[in-house]
Amino acid sequence: MFSYFLRRVILMLPVAFGVSVICFMLVQIAPGDPLTAIMPVDATADEQAAMRAVYGLDKPLPVQYAIWIGNLAQGDMGRSIASGRPVAGEVFGAVNNSLLLAFSAAVIAFPIGIFLGFLAGYFRDSWIDRVVTAISIAGVSVPNYWLGIVLVIIFSVNLGWLPSMGAGPGGSQDWSWDWLHMRHLVLPAVTLAVVPIGIVARTVRALAGDLLTQDFVQALYAKGMSRGDVLRHVARNAAATALSVMGLQLGYLLGGSILIETVFNWPGSGFLLSNAIFQRDLPLLQGTILVLALFFVGMNLIVDVAQAAIDPRIKRS
Amino acid sequence: MSAVETLEEPVAESGKGYWSGVGARLMRDPLTLLCMSVILLLILSAVFAPWLGLADPYKGSMIARLKPIGTPGHILGTDEQGRDMLARLIYGGRLTLFIGLTPVVLAFFIGGTLGIVAGYAGGWVNTLIMRTVDVFFAFPSVLLAIAISGALGAGIVNSLVSLTIVFIPPLTRVAEAVTSGVRALDYIDAARASGANALTVIRVHVIGNVLSPIFVYATSLTSVCMILAAGLSFLGIGVRPPEPEWGLMLNTLRSAIYVNPWLSALPGLMIFITSLCLNLLSDGVRSAMNVRD
Repeated sequence: MFSYFLRRVILMLPVAFGVSVICFMLVQIAPGDPLTAIMPVDATADEQAAMRAVYGLDKPLPVQYAIWIGNLAQGDMGRSIASGRPVAGEVFGAVNNSLLLAFSAAVIAFPIGIFLGFLAGYFRDSWIDRVVTAISIAGVSVPNYWLGIVLVIIFSVNLGWLPSMGAGPGGSQDWSWDWLHMRHLVLPAVTLAVVPIGIVARTVRALAGDLLTQDFVQALYAKGMSRGDVLRHVARNAAATALSVMGLQLGYLLGGSILIETVFNWPGSGFLLSNAIFQRDLPLLQGTILVLALFFVGMNLIVDVAQAAIDPRIKRS
Repeated sequence: MSAVETLEEPVAESGKGYWSGVGARLMRDPLTLLCMSVILLLILSAVFAPWLGLADPYKGSMIARLKPIGTPGHILGTDEQGRDMLARLIYGGRLTLFIGLTPVVLAFFIGGTLGIVAGYAGGWVNTLIMRTVDVFFAFPSVLLAIAISGALGAGIVNSLVSLTIVFIPPLTRVAEAVTSGVRALDYIDAARASGANALTVIRVHVIGNVLSPIFVYATSLTSVCMILAAGLSFLGIGVRPPEPEWGLMLNTLRSAIYVNPWLSALPGLMIFITSLCLNLLSDGVRSAMNVRD
């Protein structure tokens, strides 16, 4: 098991390197000078050159990359151009809030998705199957930023039951698991959960449907095993694939939360990202994207290893 | 003309081909046909919007702002600047559909080519292309689209560029997988043994066998692309105001959700209907073409 883990980590390294290159390039493809935002209009050529030297922008690209990655290794992601604060602090605070939102959505989405998918797979071609299929197609088709607005219209504007924005009293810093804060989490988490419900239900339906028609299921019934025990066998066979889909979905939830956070003014990484974009704060943009992408890479690694731990067939192939 | 006609070769009577079978299966699928008609209707009304006798989608009115749905003269009401919603929704289809569908078409050609080359060539070419693709897979698609668009800045061309980059990797991966599957078949070896060069083998023997799975996969990406494209405009890094575009309209109308809630949800409903139809259409085409996942 450990050697498998080690092999996955080694395979992951070039990907992580590529991710860092892409994040580095993000600043390079941006039009205009990254310093225009903070440079006074009447800065002389000498002052501009001095400023470039301060930020290391006068060196060739590979050198800039090496410096950047060296600083990164020490936890230094540069300073936000807009606020002057270190990027690392801002990003980790925000990613924390995004993770809170993404995990809450996952806790809602995965049980519902698995339940619906299993029902549809078990009662294939029945009306239950058709209803679940309709739900999952609607789930994957809905633009969730719009769904968020619709939920706000229903539950905040018309009914007045739930707040439409923010993370509760104390803003982004002061989260606690009481209703005063959690009520702010309900609408964004439910909105974010809709797409993974559709995808998980669709996957589990296909998995369960395929497994239930296989010979070993007939054999288990034939030897007199009870329905519940047979389903346990089926679930164990489906677990590895279902787990990998859910692991990836958790990563997508973190990425997908960007739009939802904008809708609900949730103080997470997406919110930070859209601020960074509008203030053309490229170090902040770069840092946020890098952390989110590396989180996704790490998530993939965990999924791979967990999958192999559950299903020994994967390790052998 | 007649001289040419005399040269026409006699054509052997062919049986029912693959495509007529696909067509016949599609014709028996009412849901797919319905979705196809909705998409066609949206495209046609967007293209012919100037000739539909609609109000000017850019002309606002200070005194007619946020009129509710059903107002005489403005069937779907007016937006936050008093512009006719119906006109803006129909005109909005132009940019929304264009930016939502073009990246998949571009990525189909670019990613398809890269994948076929990688799958056919194998070796270091394959490693180079596929490992690069792997890196892009490390980003969730929304994140990558927002990252590139955010760095490039708002604008139609920038949105097209970033979304095309987002959809090239998945299409490359699928094209590579099906091509290396076909590449391993005996008739490819036979063609190569008979002296055909790589280009000829790909053109004559590979393309025909890999195109439909790649195409079907591409159609399944259109709905995601639509949602992402409108999402970029919703975030303010896609189409710039005052152009009518559904994502952007959804964004600017957010300020009105306490005044006229359902009106402000209309542009999103258009995105939803379109993406739903694209998804169902893709499912229908997939089963009609008999391509498995």
